Amino acid sequence: MTDQAYNFAYLDEQTKRMIRRAILKGLAVPGYQVPFASREMPMPYGWGTGGVQVSAAVLTPEDRFKVIDQGADDTTNAVSIRSFFERTANVETTTKTEDATVIQTRHRIPEVALSEGQILVYQVPIPEPLRFLEPRESETRKMHSLEEYGLMHVKLYEDISRHGHIATAYAYPVTVEARYVMDPSPIPKFDNPKLGDNPAIQLFGAGREQRIYALPPYTKVVSLDFEDHPFDPSKADHPCGLCGAENSYLDEVITDDAGGRMFVCSDTDYCEDRQASGHRGKDAA
Amino acid sequence: MYVAVKGGERAIENAHAWLAEERRGDLSIDSLTVPQIREQLSLAVNRVMAEGSLFDPDLAALAIKQARGDLIEAIFLIRAYRTTLPRFGSSAPIETGKMACDRRISATFKDLPGGQVLGPTFDYTHRLLDFKLAADGEVPEGPTAPATGADVPHVTEFLNQEGLIEDALPDDTTPRDLTREPLELPADRSVRLQALARADEGFTLSMAYSTQRGYARNHAFVGELRIGTVPVEMEIPELGFSIEIGEIAVTECETVNQFKGSKTEPPQFTRGYGLVFGQTERKAISMALVDRALRWEELGEDFEGAPAQDAEFVLYHADNIQATGFLEHIKLPHYVDFQSELELVRKLRREATARTQQEAAE
Repeated sequence: MTDQAYNFAYLDEQTKRMIRRAILKGLAVPGYQVPFASREMPMPYGWGTGGVQVSAAVLTPEDRFKVIDQGADDTTNAVSIRSFFERTANVETTTKTEDATVIQTRHRIPEVALSEGQILVYQVPIPEPLRFLEPRESETRKMHSLEEYGLMHVKLYEDISRHGHIATAYAYPVTVEARYVMDPSPIPKFDNPKLGDNPAIQLFGAGREQRIYALPPYTKVVSLDFEDHPFDPSKADHPCGLCGAENSYLDEVITDDAGGRMFVCSDTDYCEDRQASGHRGKDAA
Repeated sequence: MYVAVKGGERAIENAHAWLAEERRGDLSIDSLTVPQIREQLSLAVNRVMAEGSLFDPDLAALAIKQARGDLIEAIFLIRAYRTTLPRFGSSAPIETGKMACDRRISATFKDLPGGQVLGPTFDYTHRLLDFKLAADGEVPEGPTAPATGADVPHVTEFLNQEGLIEDALPDDTTPRDLTREPLELPADRSVRLQALARADEGFTLSMAYSTQRGYARNHAFVGELRIGTVPVEMEIPELGFSIEIGEIAVTECETVNQFKGSKTEPPQFTRGYGLVFGQTERKAISMALVDRALRWEELGEDFEGAPAQDAEFVLYHADNIQATGFLEHIKLPHYVDFQSELELVRKLRREATARTQQEAAE
């Protein structure tokens, strides 16, 4: 049921061209934040308007679209964005990671490895990795152009001297192709190793902050660390209660008011797939 | 179980259905019509048009109805709709000197050409609840006088004749369009004024108020406040001249600010400027004060570190659609990031406890 009143994928063609130019520039300079004239979308800023505009600019009628939020296809905002594109672009949708050509995500990278030809679109709240060290955009842009990242290393070092660890658990900063420090969006640091050398195109859209950036396929991405404190992509030390997976990122679910809890895959498609092929965790019914 | 809840889709549909019922309210009460809102809640309509950046009283009234009277939600509806509209071109600059004024006052001169015209203002009303309105609300017809039809000159022009106020030189460069280009700093005055014109009324008011209380005080007088309608003209390339395409109501405020002079400028009065769709005078005055505060650099004043002087702070936080979206997004699920924080805090606590125990043992 495409809404005929609106252009394919909501945005007019001029706007999509403008966004595609920003995407191409982003791909040409991996990790660099390209300013773009973000439009007001019919969902609120902070709810994925950057991702939605990037998806709208790359979708074609032949695409198969998947949307996840916190790894899940059925969380409310994922449902809402999926139905937006079903309505305005009439594209086929799927929950299967392997079948999707464009995947829009908030806060996760799917567990199943992506392949060439796929596009992963991230929703980004604060694209600037230096923002919480320096609130001024005019300053942080200067720092990027001068490759002046000392402040970030000092922050990480202070973490270690205070806590013994780098106390950043999500939105863990990375260096792209030994040049730009980039915010990978609030994915858990567990997902960081999947950013680099990925066969898929990764696009990052920040609507409110009017920035687009990108990682072309097989880009070198290194999580910031120190030789004596190497990066550690940790996760909850449990297997999934439903499918028994040992190596997937887990959500903790409180099951009763007596402190009972279970751990389940945050990637619902991955978990369901494993259960369908006979894997069982200890809490599986 | 919240996480594994299936049927988010049905939950959303049901929530929307409930919302629609709540919006309608008690069915035994007549439904509000859009013309009623347009005519009787016109100041709300004006605010929605101003901050929505779209002059269309009917759409603004519809948005207010749909938003259950939540004006920021209504502004959001208008902004999202505005995204889908094709752009045919730009109008010629409006001539506020040719405004048909409903209201025109100056706080700097007792009388002046064009006169002091109070117009429909709350200013001298006593704020006593009028219980007659609860009964019927019919009002007797007000007295009228014939319109003079003459142009009403700008007050600041009188000061300019003596060279007492800074020149506002005409500038023919095409201003940047904030709705088509990303905001980049430093922002020139035209960009700042665009951002302020659509900025949240409450934010702009508080920023302006802070300058009055001493955070970059700029001694503003309302040189002139005028509200009325102006024709909008557009040049049609095929015709080679401009034709009138409609009329809009605007509020314009020019402040006259005391200025002792700086290293680069002589002592003279300086200007702050506000222009907003509709009758929106609180916003227009606020805008003029904030505009003046933001001009510290071009006037060679000191940066006092006041929030209202800080263009980056003001421009990045003035838009209520950006602000409310980002504020409210923390309602969305964050359990993935929260989980990673949980793991981290547990780990740090384990280590801290182990350290304390070890120290105690020693």
